[in-house]
Amino acid sequence: MLGSFLSLAHCMSGDPTNPVPLRVDAVAKHFGAVTAVDGVSFEIAAGACFGLLGPNGAGKSTLIRSIVGRVRLDSGSVSIFGHPVGSSAARADLGWVPQELAVYPLLTCRENLQAFGRYQGLHGKALDDAIAWCLEWAALADRAGSPVRTLSGGMKRRLNMAAGLIHRPRLVLLDEPTVGVDPQSRNRIFEMVEALRSQGTTIIYTTHYMEEAERLCDWIAIIDHGQIIAQGTKETLVARAFGSRSSVTMHVGATRVDLAAWAAARGGTAQDSVVLCSVEKPAEIAGLLEAASGDGLEVLDVTLQRPNLESVFLQLTGKELRA
Amino acid sequence: MIGTILQTSFRSLRRDRGAFVMSFILPIGFFTIFGFVFGSMRGSSTPRVSVLVVDEDHSDASKSLVRGLLREPSLDAMTHPRATKENPAPGDYTAATAEAAVRSGDAPAALIIPAGFGAHPIAFGPGSTQQAKFRILHDSSDPVAAQVVAGMLEKTVMISMPATMAAVGSQYFDREIGGLTPKQRQQMDQGLAALRKRQDQQDAQSAGTGPSAAGPAADSGGLVAVEIQDVVGEKKKSPMISYYAAGVGVMFLLFTASAAGGSLLDESESGALDRVLSARVTMTTLLVGKLTYSALLAFAQLTIMFLWAALVFHLDFFTHIPGFLVMTAITSFAVASFGMLLASVTRTRGQLGAFSTLIILTMSALGGSMFPKFLMSDAMLKVGYFTFNSWAISGYQKIFWRDEPISSLGPEIAVLVGSGVVLFVVARWFARKWEYV
Repeated sequence: MLGSFLSLAHCMSGDPTNPVPLRVDAVAKHFGAVTAVDGVSFEIAAGACFGLLGPNGAGKSTLIRSIVGRVRLDSGSVSIFGHPVGSSAARADLGWVPQELAVYPLLTCRENLQAFGRYQGLHGKALDDAIAWCLEWAALADRAGSPVRTLSGGMKRRLNMAAGLIHRPRLVLLDEPTVGVDPQSRNRIFEMVEALRSQGTTIIYTTHYMEEAERLCDWIAIIDHGQIIAQGTKETLVARAFGSRSSVTMHVGATRVDLAAWAAARGGTAQDSVVLCSVEKPAEIAGLLEAASGDGLEVLDVTLQRPNLESVFLQLTGKELRA
Repeated sequence: MIGTILQTSFRSLRRDRGAFVMSFILPIGFFTIFGFVFGSMRGSSTPRVSVLVVDEDHSDASKSLVRGLLREPSLDAMTHPRATKENPAPGDYTAATAEAAVRSGDAPAALIIPAGFGAHPIAFGPGSTQQAKFRILHDSSDPVAAQVVAGMLEKTVMISMPATMAAVGSQYFDREIGGLTPKQRQQMDQGLAALRKRQDQQDAQSAGTGPSAAGPAADSGGLVAVEIQDVVGEKKKSPMISYYAAGVGVMFLLFTASAAGGSLLDESESGALDRVLSARVTMTTLLVGKLTYSALLAFAQLTIMFLWAALVFHLDFFTHIPGFLVMTAITSFAVASFGMLLASVTRTRGQLGAFSTLIILTMSALGGSMFPKFLMSDAMLKVGYFTFNSWAISGYQKIFWRDEPISSLGPEIAVLVGSGVVLFVVARWFARKWEYV
């Protein structure tokens, strides 16, 4: 999967008639003594959903703003379908859905879409068709005439997304599109993103919710201290960090046994009454339980956990994603 | 509990810099500016009234009077236009050139010393058919000037013509008394009583109508006969309406333009500005769009203001539409540019509110929006040239009060359009902060 993704991207980058949707090449940006982005490079293949994860202050926002042409880079370059960022062609191919609700609160849904459509150069029937598509895609057709301030949080989020896609760009940057919405609205947004993917749109997706990245993204990059510290599919990231082992957590009752020594003898650790070990296969848990019973330990409960993206993120950055 | 509420409120106030400035710094700043401006006028707090003096008599008495008027500290009397490069030695005003100068707004009043003044310079009491009347040609948009000139004329006659006073007094003595017999004493007392009675009547009349209600052709009833003629606005019903429509209108336009420019700050805050600029919209295009919106809003506001003045105060609006359109267009443009600049130099709505309030109130006070320019000193009038208010008021007065053609608006067009362009360019320069980080 990893190989196919990269080879696809590199293969396309060498084809001038079918350029890479996004190429970020050695981008660096400093604010005084602070290095926000430190020589970041990556490419995204056509039709992919690229997840960009990073803790607060990692340089994610600056990188995103660099991609949409709102940062004067100290070095490096960004191109969209082969066009330098900021050019008319790049602007036409890029749709940006910012984290903030960047719509006009006193205008209706339709009026907002009209305004942002015109800002993107749409007029006449093309604009009308685009508005109709956006309202349908965002499930806001029945609220087209409602002022934004009267909409629910989820509706505002969907309108915010629609306003970024009014010109039907080939590359879409969704910056935390589900912030502050209820689970039902979040599912609706997932459906919208999946609909875009099915139409071949290339997506960059940032989020603080790991389950969103796991569900939607087929390629994930983790940024910290202004650098991409890991990237790949979810499976490859987990395998690289943890191999194929799963963790076992055992809670035991009061005992005179030296728990630390007992756990160390099995490649694990112990703290208070909790023993942490790892197993290659779930069936190995039975051996652990037999050994505990034989040594006089009373096992209260056992948990087997497969490492996930959250675990990878925690291990690589030392921080919770939502911290 | 109340202590916690107070503590929370004061902490919030201290950390909201805009509100803090509005509460404390702004009043002090405003007071300081006014202190400097008005405090510097100590010793000459009463503005001098400009008056053009025309001597049609050329007698010794009239020359003495002219010299006295030129010395009078309350008046800025001129017998001829100021020398220029084109005309280094201008001739004396005539009645016609003085009237033209008043009509064009060079001075609010002209005093014509009539031929024959030297022969019968003053009279004690009315009824002297031989006495020639002074004429004061007056722009009635300045209701103070004519009264000041008339008063200063009486004073100057009293002070600057002692020999004449004595001679005429002697003639009066001879004519009215003829000797101090008891009968003559009685006659003199009767004459003085008649003078007192007339004076009382005039006082009562003044108290009933007010000094500004002297109206055209008012006879002062004093030592000299004076006829006041309105040469500008003689047929107009409300002399100050166009002045205040422009003055008040421009002041509120400035606030509106500031608020309209502030939408940039709101959009920056909400992220809409970033989104717009990431589309196919450049910063210059965006600013031009905002400027146009703000100018159109200002144009509509001024139009409504003048239509209201026409409806309620009978301002003669519909015969001055071309001039109104020109003045309103250039004023709206300049004010909108000013709003763009204010928004682009500030970072938050709070800063914009404090900064714009300080500047707009100061400009409005100095530019004549808050109180009439004819009450201002020369120094203040000069400072007022640095405000939009002053130029806008001047232009509207030319159109609505002096009935001048559009071609006379050259200085106003140059200043308002020129400053509008400069301010917009500066605003565009400051707006770079929104383009990239």
